[in-house]
Amino acid sequence: MSDLDSFRAETRAWLEANCPPEMREPVQGEEDVYWGGRKATFKSDAQKAWFEACRDKGYTVPAWPREYGGAGLSPPEAKILREEMARINARPPLSSFGIWMLGPALLKFGTEEQKRKYLNEIARGEIRWCQGYSEPGSGSDLVSLQTFGEDKGDHWIVNGQKIWTSYADKADWIFCLVRTDKSNKYQGITFMLFDMESPGVSTKPIKLISGNSPFCETFFDDVKVPKDQYVGEINRGWDVAKYLLGHEREMISGADNSERGAGIGAMLKRQTGELDPVLRAELALFDVDALAFSAMAEKFLDEVKVGKAHPAQPNMMKYAGTELNKRRHELMMAAGGSAALEWDSEESRGGSAARSWLRTKANSIEGGTSEVMLNVIAKRILELPGA
Amino acid sequence: MPLYHDDDQAMLADTASQFMAEEGAIAKQLRHWRDRECKDGFGHALWKQMAEMGFTGILVPEADGGLGMGHVEAGIVLEEIGRNLTPSPFLTSSVVAATALGQANDDLRGRWLPGLIAGDSVFAVAIDEGAKHRPERIATRAEKSGNGFKLSGRKDFVVQGASADMIVVAARTSGTEDDADGVTLFAVPKDAAGLDHNAVRLVDSSMASHLTLDGVELDGDAVIGEVDGGREILNRMLDAGRVGAAAEGVGVARGAMDMTVDYLKQRKQFGKLIGEFQALQHRAAHLYSEVEIARAATIKAQQLLDAGAENASLMASVAKAKVGKAAGLAVKEGVQMHGGIGMTDEYDIGLYMKRDRALAEFMGDVHYHAGRVAELSGY
Ligand SMILES: Cc1cc2nc3c(=O)[nH]c(=O)nc-3n(C[C@H](O)[C@H](O)[C@H](O)COP(=O)(O)OP(=O)(O)OC[C@H]3O[C@@H](n4cnc5c(N)ncnc54)[C@H](O)[C@@H]3O)c2cc1C
Ligand SMILES: Cc1cc2nc3c(=O)[nH]c(=O)nc-3n(C[C@H](O)[C@H](O)[C@H](O)COP(=O)(O)OP(=O)(O)OC[C@H]3O[C@@H](n4cnc5c(N)ncnc54)[C@H](O)[C@@H]3O)c2cc1C
Repeated sequence: MSDLDSFRAETRAWLEANCPPEMREPVQGEEDVYWGGRKATFKSDAQKAWFEACRDKGYTVPAWPREYGGAGLSPPEAKILREEMARINARPPLSSFGIWMLGPALLKFGTEEQKRKYLNEIARGEIRWCQGYSEPGSGSDLVSLQTFGEDKGDHWIVNGQKIWTSYADKADWIFCLVRTDKSNKYQGITFMLFDMESPGVSTKPIKLISGNSPFCETFFDDVKVPKDQYVGEINRGWDVAKYLLGHEREMISGADNSERGAGIGAMLKRQTGELDPVLRAELALFDVDALAFSAMAEKFLDEVKVGKAHPAQPNMMKYAGTELNKRRHELMMAAGGSAALEWDSEESRGGSAARSWLRTKANSIEGGTSEVMLNVIAKRILELPGA
Repeated sequence: MPLYHDDDQAMLADTASQFMAEEGAIAKQLRHWRDRECKDGFGHALWKQMAEMGFTGILVPEADGGLGMGHVEAGIVLEEIGRNLTPSPFLTSSVVAATALGQANDDLRGRWLPGLIAGDSVFAVAIDEGAKHRPERIATRAEKSGNGFKLSGRKDFVVQGASADMIVVAARTSGTEDDADGVTLFAVPKDAAGLDHNAVRLVDSSMASHLTLDGVELDGDAVIGEVDGGREILNRMLDAGRVGAAAEGVGVARGAMDMTVDYLKQRKQFGKLIGEFQALQHRAAHLYSEVEIARAATIKAQQLLDAGAENASLMASVAKAKVGKAAGLAVKEGVQMHGGIGMTDEYDIGLYMKRDRALAEFMGDVHYHAGRVAELSGY
């Protein structure tokens, strides 16, 4: 038996022993997701047990080095773990912007000290992070951001407003883009980290069309940020920001979820009985696209590992993956009929079909809009001319 | 297995790409033979050269003198064929017919494979009976006669049928039209009495024949596989053809897309390169995404087929359908974005549109394969 075969066997046995049956059911709503952090509570004993088992094994971040809280798995091992978890439908033990976004940026740009401190906290689910990029006047044109950090020697005094800050009211710390030099657009931004409990930070929730309010306006009023709490170089935060956006886009595209069943036709047939012939045809064409995309996601991850992917490829994945996900939910609403319209009944699990459908409309906005993705593909991959 | 080419495959891709761009180029092959109204629709000299390169026997086992490679490798050659619109019997002979012969007895292999490997023989496959691909339905009959069979019926869209030295014919030895069982495959030599071709030129200037079998007498040893048990081999041929056509379609899509993107960087209107207009940039970027995804689906299907995986046939249909969508988009956007010049015969972009249309029908179109995806998925 090769090393990888025995790793697969061990992994399968470990999952069998450690993943409770309740954690092998599809996530039904927000409360089924564990985000960690200082204010976190577990929904059930099973959720707690599953999280703790993974945390102790390094499986909240399997591919990170052991000294930073990971399991130090090689890429093929990490793929096997993903496959084995998908096979039993295991829920992610911990969801976190720290894992998807900040972690990769720290691994690349952080100092050894920062890595030891922050990565371990992320891996152990101790600190929940939020992302302070967007501002009311700076969305797609992010680099025009105005939040300003004034140099006060050993600290900055930060003033400004962020918007669309997901889970700002639930987060412990924020990774934040702050202008530290007004004379240089791209090279005047610093990537700062600070505690959301710092005096002068306040948040105000925003209600979404789904009826939920997962994000906030975030205000900084003379917030004091110590000078050692930045990543990369001062005024060169844009490099870190862009790198992180690449990971954010990958995550939103669903590329990391490639092993999960992509087709929905069979599932909807089971749920609703006979399918209208025109709907069946649309589902079939959707399943073609979805199964093809899942091959693309696998190819993309394989190529990323060996450095074969074009650096702008995550933009393509983000574009295609999010447009597909929106189409998926349109079809699920169509197949669900009037049952999918229910907004708050118990039967509809609090209107989860309708709310999820509405939520997916953000997929092609958050983390950069589809139009912006197409701009990047046109310029960086196809090298079409123009600003 | 990672979803990209390993070092050996990458080397083959380099070789195939260089060869096809030089020897298989549009001006040298497609236009050349088309303008001469060649009755075969392709050049035999190139076929011979492809044999010298080792391409013809890619899917033929080493024991039979071939290279014993897989669908990934055949796909590499096919993608370059597609990119250069190179007319050749590679897909029907080296992919589909070779897959059938792989299941044949020693006599048939000994009789036909050396000619294929040497580039001296050309094969065709006769499956469809009608304008649309419906391999579930086989009406052509083969009746027992002496120690052999007598074939009667009609086959359509037999690509290169009239030029072929041997045609793999799917016929019914028992049961009725729509039965899965009762199908038998025959290796029918070109000179068999009672074989008649009405060869027609298609939109892409390739040749296909409407084949009439009027009591064609064959020895029992012309049977490929088992009598009445041909459906499984037929299914293998179909899967090979699906991923093969998908790979060629990826090449067509990429060829058309590259031409178009190049044009966007050269053509000026309103004092600007038209590639600066966001309306065109976004469409080009969308097209790129679709073509990349279609290519990933194709490589996935090739690998699954080579591994003999359970879901290989599903993925073959996904690939054929997805490529059908993406290549269709590539040629339509290509002609449109070329403006008036895209409508001219002198410009190559229209040739891509024609090839795509023919390839879309070969082995089933988008709708056929989407329907198959639904069925295999249980709805
Ligand atoms: C659910 C959700 C969660 C989010 N979470 C966070 C978060 O945690 N932290 C954070 O910092 N931000 C977050 N965002 C913000 C998100 O990144 C921005 O909404 C996004 O970047 C778009 O910016 P905008 O909303 O200002 O739209 P705008 O930039 O104003 O865009 C409006 C429209 O114009 C189009 N457009 C803009 N520029 C161009 C162009 N050059 N070419 C063509 N079309 C263009 C856009 O595509 C869009 O359709 C979140 C957003 C959502 C919806
Ligand atoms: C069959 C046929 C018959 C014709 N008959 C006549 C005739 O009798 N008399 C005559 O005078 N002309 C005739 N024409 C010419 C026709 O009017 C032009 O082809 C047409 O105006 C487009 O110009 P073009 O071909 O130079 O394309 P281009 O202008 O080069 O356009 C190339 C591509 O760029 C796009 N594009 C250009 N500018 C922009 C922009 N600002 N924003 C976004 N996209 C842009 C176009 O939509 C097109 O997709 C004929 C053309 C055809 C095909």
